[in-house]
Amino acid sequence: MTTSPAERAIHIEGVTKIFGPAPQQALAALRGGMSKTELQTETGHVVGLDDVSLDVAKGQIHVVMGLSGSGKSTLIRHVNRLIEPTAGAIRVYGSNVLEMSREQLRAFRRTRVAMVFQKFGLLPHRSVLDNVGYGLEVRGVRRVEREAEARKWIEIVGLAGYESALPRQLSGGQQQRVGLARALALDTDIILMDEAFSALDPLIRSGMQDQLVSLQKTLSKTILFITHDFDEALKIGDRVAVLKDGAVQQEGRPEDIVLNPANEHIEEFVRDVNKARAIRVRTIMETGPAEPCSIAVPADARCEDVLPLFAEHQWVGVLDAAGQQIGRVTARRVIGALARHGARPPAAAEPALEAAQ
Amino acid sequence: MFPELIDTKPLRRAVDDALGWVVTNWGGAFEAAARPLLLLLNGIEALLLATPWWLIIGLLTAIAWLATRRWTLPAIVLVSLVFLGLMELWKDAMSTTALMLAATLTAIVLSIPMGVWMSRSGRVRQVITPVLDLMQTLPSFVYLIPTVMIFGPGKIPALIATIVYAAPPLVRLTDLGLRSVDPAIMEASRAFGTNPTQRLLGVQIPLALPTILAGINQTTMMALAMVVIASMIGAGGLGYQVLQGIGRLEVSRGLFAGLGIVVLAIVFDRITQAFGKQLQARIGLSEARA
Repeated sequence: MTTSPAERAIHIEGVTKIFGPAPQQALAALRGGMSKTELQTETGHVVGLDDVSLDVAKGQIHVVMGLSGSGKSTLIRHVNRLIEPTAGAIRVYGSNVLEMSREQLRAFRRTRVAMVFQKFGLLPHRSVLDNVGYGLEVRGVRRVEREAEARKWIEIVGLAGYESALPRQLSGGQQQRVGLARALALDTDIILMDEAFSALDPLIRSGMQDQLVSLQKTLSKTILFITHDFDEALKIGDRVAVLKDGAVQQEGRPEDIVLNPANEHIEEFVRDVNKARAIRVRTIMETGPAEPCSIAVPADARCEDVLPLFAEHQWVGVLDAAGQQIGRVTARRVIGALARHGARPPAAAEPALEAAQ
Repeated sequence: MFPELIDTKPLRRAVDDALGWVVTNWGGAFEAAARPLLLLLNGIEALLLATPWWLIIGLLTAIAWLATRRWTLPAIVLVSLVFLGLMELWKDAMSTTALMLAATLTAIVLSIPMGVWMSRSGRVRQVITPVLDLMQTLPSFVYLIPTVMIFGPGKIPALIATIVYAAPPLVRLTDLGLRSVDPAIMEASRAFGTNPTQRLLGVQIPLALPTILAGINQTTMMALAMVVIASMIGAGGLGYQVLQGIGRLEVSRGLFAGLGIVVLAIVFDRITQAFGKQLQARIGLSEARA
């Protein structure tokens, strides 16, 4: 990734986490060339994260995707130091999280990072209003102010009217909206979301994803989002990192990963994915001088957004942020991009070649 | 027979002499230190006896209604208390209630902080748990004798013996309740930058309250179970009536006073349990456990 230090919100460098009674000795053994399986069977230490480095740019949704046991939940907990790393460095807006004293760390959690949890983590004895205001209460904001702020966010996430309800009276989707409102009410630059939508029904999940993306556009927060769902990662991520066995397998824009999977593991995900959602028109458009088209979409549009347009148009223009046409796509081009991977017989897949690209 | 390997006589004599030394030199100091306990007990007893009977019955019935919002428990409470009055046990029942309340209040003040401390440190738990086991299993007469020697027969040793017997379940259940709060909720609270005190007061104690209340319920029950033994060393009340019934072979006296203790136990047990259930329902734990 090519972000300069000034654009980085979160900088994770060489973070290793080993669970067990004597992690430092296990780390030395691991560095000395012992494999993770050997380490586990011989010393009982589990390697949660293995030399993970990750940069998250400001104002982006950065997704870390991995199956269960890949270390993704462990990784996100390092950013606000709910888990201490065995080795490595973590910086948030340039300040070293690992050097903070307990009091500094608490102040950092109160003011710089908010978090949304898979199991919601709501306080069951408090109303929705008091749950959303919880972070502000911890911060020491007076009741009147924090309730006004909480009401505002309850309204934004679409729960107006539920202020005095208790969490258990809400559905899972509603509870997670409370969790989201609680994090947003803190107005931190960074929001950590740990499998925030994984416990929800597919339809509700899809709605929450859309809401998150649109909220992010208006608020331009930096969001580190953990998921085990590759489709979800492609849908909401500005960038995606794929984690396996505690190590980053590939990191890049969603379409880079879909078009050029780095290894067999990622290829497996890509095979089942909805490519029309992952690939954006800007990566496949024809550039160069062309006549203005009768219909046009922004460069960020996804293939699935332009496909219906081909029913009536032969060409669809692609516009930059200023509204200037910078290229165009045809149905043939879109279909070509979508078919490139799916059409290939599995026997012909050569991960080694892919990795070399 | 197990061979006699050591001579225990000097050891026993040392223990007895040590107690004697404490009694002669520190007896007065101990008595002065326990004075607040006596004042508490006497204060509660005087208050209960000064309050008209119908007011106490009315208050307890009202509390029972508040705890359940149904008529069954208030009816049981009403009938039970009227029974105490009809059987001429009212005054004794109030003395017994005073002893139970004083012991429970003292146990709450001592046990809950102890439970909090235990829940936070494994080492503290390792030390306290055997002490609690000892308090619950050691026959009460074993520690009654030294307490009576130090304080003299009367209400103070009776109260202390009751506290020693009744406090352990509250300590254990406080510790258990605090430790079994959902770790996901604790982590969320940590992620928002709370300090340990904020987590204790804002998350752990409110969520552990049903368990703590179950501990208070246990403490009241165990305190009532001690009243007969306590009456042997100078506490009055229903226990004393039972004791007299035994002494004079008056079965009726022992039976009625014994039933009086049962009635008190039912009243306080059902009321505290009902509050516990209400609290659980409010937090939403009852559904989660069902």
